[in-house]
Amino acid sequence: MANVFTNIGDWVGDRAPGLAPFYRKHMTEYYAPKNFNLWYYFGVLAIVVLVNQILTGIFLTMNYNPSAAGAFDSVQYIMRDVEWGWLIRYMHSTGASLFFVVVFLHMFRGLMYGSYKKPREMVWLLGMLIFLVLMAEAFMGYVLPWGNMSFWGAKVIISLFGTIPVIGSTLVEWIMGDFLPADATLNRFFALHVIALPIVLLLLVVLHIFALHEVGSNNPDGVDIKHGPKGNRWDATKPADGVPFHPYYTVHDLVGIGFLLLIAAFIIFFAPTFGGWFLEHDNSIMANNLVTPAEIKPVWYFTPFYAIVRMIPSLFGTAVWGVLAMFGAIAVLFLFPWFDRGQVKSIRYRGTGYKVALGVFVIAFLGLGAVGAGITAEVIPEWFGNVDLTTWENAFGRLMTLLYFGFFAFLWAYTHFGWEKTKPVPDRVTMHD
Amino acid sequence: MANEVVDHGRRRFLTAATAVVGGVGVVSVAVPFIKSWEPSARAKAAGAPVTQSLAKIESGQQLIVGWRSLPVFIVNRTKDQLATLPTQDSRLVDPKSDGSSAQQQPKYAQNETRSIKPEWLVMIGICTHLGCVPGYVGEMKPEPFDPNWKGGYYCPCHHSRYDLAGRVYQGVPAPKNMQIPPYHFIDDTTIQIGVDPKGAA
Repeated sequence: MANVFTNIGDWVGDRAPGLAPFYRKHMTEYYAPKNFNLWYYFGVLAIVVLVNQILTGIFLTMNYNPSAAGAFDSVQYIMRDVEWGWLIRYMHSTGASLFFVVVFLHMFRGLMYGSYKKPREMVWLLGMLIFLVLMAEAFMGYVLPWGNMSFWGAKVIISLFGTIPVIGSTLVEWIMGDFLPADATLNRFFALHVIALPIVLLLLVVLHIFALHEVGSNNPDGVDIKHGPKGNRWDATKPADGVPFHPYYTVHDLVGIGFLLLIAAFIIFFAPTFGGWFLEHDNSIMANNLVTPAEIKPVWYFTPFYAIVRMIPSLFGTAVWGVLAMFGAIAVLFLFPWFDRGQVKSIRYRGTGYKVALGVFVIAFLGLGAVGAGITAEVIPEWFGNVDLTTWENAFGRLMTLLYFGFFAFLWAYTHFGWEKTKPVPDRVTMHD
Repeated sequence: MANEVVDHGRRRFLTAATAVVGGVGVVSVAVPFIKSWEPSARAKAAGAPVTQSLAKIESGQQLIVGWRSLPVFIVNRTKDQLATLPTQDSRLVDPKSDGSSAQQQPKYAQNETRSIKPEWLVMIGICTHLGCVPGYVGEMKPEPFDPNWKGGYYCPCHHSRYDLAGRVYQGVPAPKNMQIPPYHFIDDTTIQIGVDPKGAA
């Protein structure tokens, strides 16, 4: 038998000579730093969620009806009548939220350990593009069930483009294919959600990984293992502080994947709507173009950006400023490698200023999320009694917006003018031998 | 062939010319795909005028009717509500609707009440910020979002506020007063939305 397999292997190898070297380059001979910690799970977890979304998504399309008249009913049909349809849909909806959980943590890891810095700027940029496409993909998927939140979410997000002077209203009609979200809108969003954006997303993920494997992985110490001592158990010329990705990290990652699946299964089986955070209650009502839900707010992962739109008032007769600020909040993330001029990567050896600032940035992001999700609208009257809610909420939200953008200004000044007092960086990762 | 001298200028010209012609082709092919996203003929055709009786709308009540799939608010404003309108001017962005909101109503509704008859407000109920439908909060009592509330509209999406003539308050995201559609009175208790009064431009 062994002979037969060897023969088949040789046959393929002769006809696709690049296959085995490709596999070795990215798996068994890709040397990753041996000091990865918990934060290094989230990249692979994002891939697991992506696979889940594609697999469950394919099965959902088999019963979904992309039309304004039929979409809502077909989702109910999937939930009630299709065998195991409820499970497949809850896997997809829970996966969407978990995607953002792991991606946010994955990005935060990059900020902590300076993974966006030279020579990994391209990895960061491709990752940010993935984040951008992911947001578009999530938004369009959110519209497909055609509940009332789907409808009004679509209306508000598309109307963001309407604030652009001169071409705005034409652009909005062009995106919707009608004068309000309608059949045409739903159909094109379906096409983009299930074909166009997933293709782009997959391509970007592949490029993201290739770009990473060109320069090698960063690690919690922020020292490049390629510049450290050479020679390990497998290869005398390769970094001493690296281990082959396969089997060492593939097996290691299985543990993390197990935990992710455990958490996901708990949500899917016991709290699929997650108290209205993953699936909103108002979306159980069919789309109604004459009634806006009393409390309209996006799904949790968009709330920080949504809050920024709300906090910026209109000036000079146009509402474009809030929209610009929101897109700006995403654009500055792209520019992280250029705002941060510091040479030291890892937070372990960076100045106190950076540690504090990063903490403030996280608080600002969460604070904006609280405003966008309507948490502040609930707790302000509760904590402070009968006060003018709008004034208080605006004051808080605007402070958080200021801190969000202020972080980038501080980061640039702090590193550009050499105010940062860093600690000595070790020559090689601290966890060796 | 190998001995012939390469004419680099000629080669550059041919490369550029090929690229330009190819580029024009790509752009031309893109046009139908981009145009296919515009509202279709069917979508454009669905926009007939709507006739609505006002007989059963009580004083202070609002009725919402659909016109071109847009919600149109029809409010029978009370004397008290009308009396508050001039008192709000200092808090509004464009109280006379002749500045940034000059295009938000037909000429015959460009007045303090933004209507043909003072008591009847007929307005497209779409927030000028991002297109939500603001809620009608007609009672004049302190609200959580405004302790000095004198009745009006409150948008659930981004908390924009308007008075009872759809005029936007200062300090909210919405930039303009809400839009007044073309409409006219067929008789005392019936209006038609979508058609200007006779003689009005």
